[in-house]
Parts: sequence; C-alpha cells; structure tokens
Amino acid sequence: MSALSMTEVSYRIRRFNPGRDKAPLWEDYRIPYVAGMTVLDGLWKVKEMHAPELAWRSSCRMGVCGSCGMLINGKPRLACNTQIAELDSRTVVVAPLPNFDIVRDLVPELAPMFDKHTALMPHVIREDVEEREHPTNEFFQSPHELEAYLQFTYCIKCACCMAACPTFATDALYSGPMPLGQAHRYNSDSRDGGFAARKPVLAGEAGPWRCHYAGECSRVCPKGVDPAKAIQLMKRELVLDYLRLRRAKCPAKVAAKPTEIKRREGIPEPPARTV
Amino acid sequence: MMRDQKLWTWHLAAGLVILVFLGLHMAIMHLNAILGVFNPAGGHPIDWQNVVARARSAGFAVSYVVLLGAALFHGLYGLRNILFELDPARWLKRTIGIVLLLGGLGLFVYGTWAAIAARSF
Repeated sequence: MSALSMTEVSYRIRRFNPGRDKAPLWEDYRIPYVAGMTVLDGLWKVKEMHAPELAWRSSCRMGVCGSCGMLINGKPRLACNTQIAELDSRTVVVAPLPNFDIVRDLVPELAPMFDKHTALMPHVIREDVEEREHPTNEFFQSPHELEAYLQFTYCIKCACCMAACPTFATDALYSGPMPLGQAHRYNSDSRDGGFAARKPVLAGEAGPWRCHYAGECSRVCPKGVDPAKAIQLMKRELVLDYLRLRRAKCPAKVAAKPTEIKRREGIPEPPARTV
Repeated sequence: MMRDQKLWTWHLAAGLVILVFLGLHMAIMHLNAILGVFNPAGGHPIDWQNVVARARSAGFAVSYVVLLGAALFHGLYGLRNILFELDPARWLKRTIGIVLLLGGLGLFVYGTWAAIAARSF
C-alpha cells in the first residue's frame, strides 16, 4: 500500500464517555487523506466531519508540548509528530495511552504520573536558597558537566514512556520512567545538591528497583531520551551511596563576575532589568 | 523506607558471590584434568571418595555455606520481586516477606547443618 496513492484513510478510535458509556468502545470513521497529514490533523478532520464531541489533548502541533501522546497503531506516540504515511496502513487505530485511567475518549488521567513526578522534586535544590531565589550571577557549569544530564532535559512529559513500561503497568507503587528519569536529570546536574532530599523516595519501593530494563520507554520516546539508561545510572548511584562510595557532589558555585573588562566604545549600556 | 536500596545492593553482592563460587564449582566439576588437587582419589569429581574428601575440608564447608546463603538470598529476593509485581495488598506483601524470610532461614540452617555434618564422614 502506498501512502501516496491514498485518497481516503480510516480512523478506528477508542471512545469513552464516562457519563454515557459503561466501557470503552471502538468507532470507525473515514476521512479524506492529504499528503503530509499527521494523525493529529486526521483527528481534527474526524472532529470536523463526524464526531464533534471527540475529545483529546493537543496544543503545539510540533512535538514540543507533549500533550497529544496516544496509542497509535499499537505504539505510544505523539499524534502531531506521526505522519499517517509512516504508519504504512490504511487504517489509523487510535486509543488513549494505556496504564492510565481514561478521563474521556483519548484523554488519559495523567495526575498519578505528575504526583510521582512532584514527589521526586524535579527542580534544582540548593542550600543557598537566597542565591537560588535572587540570583546574583550564573552558577558555573562546564560543557562536560552539562553533557551528564543534557539528553534528559529533552523530556516533554508526554507519558509515552509510562504507557510503554511493563512494570508501571502492573506495579502501582513504581514511579515509572519519566519521574525517575527526571530525578536522575536533577541528581546529575552539577548545580543541584538534592540527592539526599530525593533519596527517601528513590531508595524505597517507588524507586528504580522494579525496572527490568525492558527498554520500551527509551524505544517509544518521541524526543530520543533514554529513560532506561537514566534508571540504570540511578541504580548505580544508589548502590554506591549505600556502600558509601558515592562521591559527594558540591553544588556548583556562583560564577565569578568578569573583571578588568572594559566596554568598547559605541556599544550602548543594556536596558535595566525588568524582573 | 530505604530497604530496597539495601536489599538491591545485597542482591548484587550475592550475585557476585554466586559468580565466583559457582565458577569454582564448575571448574572443579569440569576441569578435573587440570584441577586434580580437588579430586584426591582420582577418577571423576563426583566419585564418592572425592566428594567425601572435599566435604571434610573446612574450606569447602565454608564455601558451601557461603554459596548457599548467597544463592538463597539472591533467589528468594528475586522471587519476592516477581510476586510483588502482581501488586498484592500490603498485608499480603508483608506475609510474603515473612514466609520467604522464614523459608530461607530454614533452608539455610538445614544446608549449613548438612555441610557441617558431612565433615564427619
């Protein structure tokens, strides 16, 4: 089947309205196909032509906001980032992300995921709160230190990894790849000193111990992040910590302001800070 | 709260112990041509005289007990993880933990007694 020869495409969508339906059900729609159409474009067409009450989340349309994660032809993906042509099928099967309750139609209840995310304090933790809240200058960080966590900053919290995780599917206590990956992102950040604050959660039942390294989270990540790697690195950190072999990290210091620098003639002063 | 960090670390350590002692066992059983010192009666490593000779050795008795302890902990902790992934209720988790702990201790005591008793053959 060549996508270029298609004039129509079928959508098979899992619908569920908790006020009306006892259980989710499948509904089929046909819409005209236009070359370059994404799954999200198709959903808008279905809504326009057949099902005005169809519900899903989406926002940016360019794989940045992470809102439109759904199960597309059996794989968790971003609807806006998935071309219908790349599915190599005349039928697009769309369902809400598994491992979450359904709010309605294609809208999963992501609150449990963000609760676990919040519990792991996904932000820079430092003792010098005053400097953090009212910075006088940048914190020093070398390119090498940045590399230690950079790829994990690309996570957009779309929940595709959580939907693909076989451990999260069965173990409600397990934090899951996104929260653990983000905890590792901050633990690896040279500006952060929050390992001890996150440890009570990480070292317990919600920590990385249940991960079997199936690697599905990394395989489905639309941003190319490798949460499975983050989880294994986190296990290593925690084991070293238990053995008291973990190198204590001193959070990066505030970078010294440059001295002996004179403004070249003709370059105006910057505008006053507004915040 | 932080039990899993501790248990996982011991799980890894037990795996390393198994690697070493099981490797030693495999070597003694299958490399008897070059490790004849562990088979003083000659012949096959599992001939009765060779088994008894090894059982009488204090070093072997200790290695049997260490391997038994490591294998029991490693295996039962793995089993506990598998069972916990079935998402049992908290009381059932506690029961599973206690049963595995008591079962493991019972097997360890029995195996240790066997290793010590075998020295008197």
